[in-house]
Amino acid sequence: MVAYLIRSVVQAALVMLAVAFIAFSMFRYVGDPIASIVGQDATIRDRQELAESLGLNDPFPVQFGRFLANALQGDLGISYRQGRPVVDLLVERLPATIELALLSALFAFLIGLALGVYAALNRHGVFANIVMALSLIGVSLPTFLIGVGLIFLFAVQLRWLPSFGRGETVAFGWWTTGLLTESGLKSLIMPVVTLGFYQLTLIMRLVRAEMLEVLRTDYVKFARARGLSERAINFRHALRNTMVPVVTIAGLQLGSVIAFAIVTETVFNWPGLGALFVKSVEVVDIPVMAAYLMFVGLVFVVVNLVVDLTYFVLDPRLRGTGAVPAR
Amino acid sequence: MSSTTAPAATSASARKGRIARILDSDIYASFRSSKVTMLAAFVVVVMMLAALLAPVLATMNPFDPAQVFLMNASLPPSWLPNGDPQFVIGTDDQGRDLYSAILYGLRVSLAVGFAGVALAATLGIGLGLIAGYFGGRVDAIIMRVADIQLTFPAILIALLVDGVVHALLKGTNREGTAFWVLALSIGLSFWVQYARTIRGSTLVERNKDYVQAARLVGLPAPVIMVRHVLPNVIGPVLVILTINLGLAIITEATLSFLGVGLPPTQPSLGTLINIGNQYLFSGDWWIVAFPGATLAVLVLAVNLLGDWLRDALNPKLR
Repeated sequence: MVAYLIRSVVQAALVMLAVAFIAFSMFRYVGDPIASIVGQDATIRDRQELAESLGLNDPFPVQFGRFLANALQGDLGISYRQGRPVVDLLVERLPATIELALLSALFAFLIGLALGVYAALNRHGVFANIVMALSLIGVSLPTFLIGVGLIFLFAVQLRWLPSFGRGETVAFGWWTTGLLTESGLKSLIMPVVTLGFYQLTLIMRLVRAEMLEVLRTDYVKFARARGLSERAINFRHALRNTMVPVVTIAGLQLGSVIAFAIVTETVFNWPGLGALFVKSVEVVDIPVMAAYLMFVGLVFVVVNLVVDLTYFVLDPRLRGTGAVPAR
Repeated sequence: MSSTTAPAATSASARKGRIARILDSDIYASFRSSKVTMLAAFVVVVMMLAALLAPVLATMNPFDPAQVFLMNASLPPSWLPNGDPQFVIGTDDQGRDLYSAILYGLRVSLAVGFAGVALAATLGIGLGLIAGYFGGRVDAIIMRVADIQLTFPAILIALLVDGVVHALLKGTNREGTAFWVLALSIGLSFWVQYARTIRGSTLVERNKDYVQAARLVGLPAPVIMVRHVLPNVIGPVLVILTINLGLAIITEATLSFLGVGLPPTQPSLGTLINIGNQYLFSGDWWIVAFPGATLAVLVLAVNLLGDWLRDALNPKLR
């Protein structure tokens, strides 16, 4: 277990290093850092002096090292467009994105699990078949189309829910939350459903497939022969064994949650990191793009680590062997 | 049309023409047995024809200022009050016939999709062949890059590439380059799957006798890779191509919807949806609904075809 843990951490660090390298290359070579600081009419001498004082004439490894050191201390440069430290921008918008992403993941996981189990246990039921057919369509619909459809139905036609923003938020130090006000909660509903929909269909189909597979295995037959109640068989034995692949996929899906958060946040004007990133791509604000890349890289690396560790909790066979679980 | 007599059928079909052979194959039998697949194929073919023939089928050229009148802006579909029979499903905010705009948008969406997938496949197949054939350090570097990229969602990569390329092309006309920048960003986001698949089969092929023989004869490595190894490893790519086409179309639409894809002057379906979205609150639902439905049906049909192809070509499921 310890060896496996160390290997995972080293791998994570290498990935982060590679991501930082890409971010740095963007930072340094795409978009001219000097032109973004001085005006059009600066003389060549001014530019050279600035380049020297910023260390842009140093060898590449030195510059990269400095970039890494700065990044580790939380200095990711200054936004070209907004003239503020990038880290401030990120921190300001972090709570909105995290709240949205976590609630969506929870929504997708709980509903997806329930529907998946239901569809597996009532394989030939009418409702189960309708749900399966709908899920096929759900997988194909682009996220932004779902968002636009929801807005049209619930904001334009029915006027039940707000179509943009977070509503009123309550601040705890630097953290802001929309969970404590009515308008905040109302504002969350549509973005959460939009963002979680794809994951929901995916988890549901996966749970159903895994569950059907497990229900055919010998130990389930033996459990039935032993006279255990259906409830105990379904939930204590079958469901538990479907959870390993489900948690893996659900965890690894967090990446897609972030990807689709970019889209969802733009559709609903949600003041999160994704919307910030899209804006920065539109106006070619390289420091913000690079910082967002590093942030997403960090999230991925941490999520993969946590998913790896979750195996040990869910699958007792892996404990103590140090074996790498098959994905 | 039976799929049971495999050995006999192959020897017999070898003598027949190509079309007869296709009609006799297992794949065709499986195609005929699935109504949903046939419907999906029909939809895809119709949409591709509609895209190709857009200038003929459209009632007007929505991008010719001489044919567009602002007075006709935001007219509802013809069956609603205030509708104009000239514009069957209404007009957009600038008075363009929506039906014609969708045909042209479909054309752009499919073109970007195909170009992006072609780029992704070329890049992925090339790198996969190189990684698998040479092995060692080259292989390690390519596959490591692939691993890292795979942890990032495709849409994020596409956005990044889009931003970086536009930064590098600073000063050039964005409208002229938008199409190829989009295709490039889609290509760079989807190459990994091809590379992994091709590398896997190339690793197996490179140790076979025919490759050794080609090497002994003294053929240069690129010739061996392209002329001898490639035909033997290309099979599974077909499935990835189909599935990727759906993803590429969605990616293009998403980027255009986010405002970093194609500009309103050469709109794709995504751009049309983006335009329509701005008029949602004024009640002009048709501007967004019809392009949206077209996109959804197209992607669903392509995905259904891809799913079917994957199952039909999977020997385990036969």
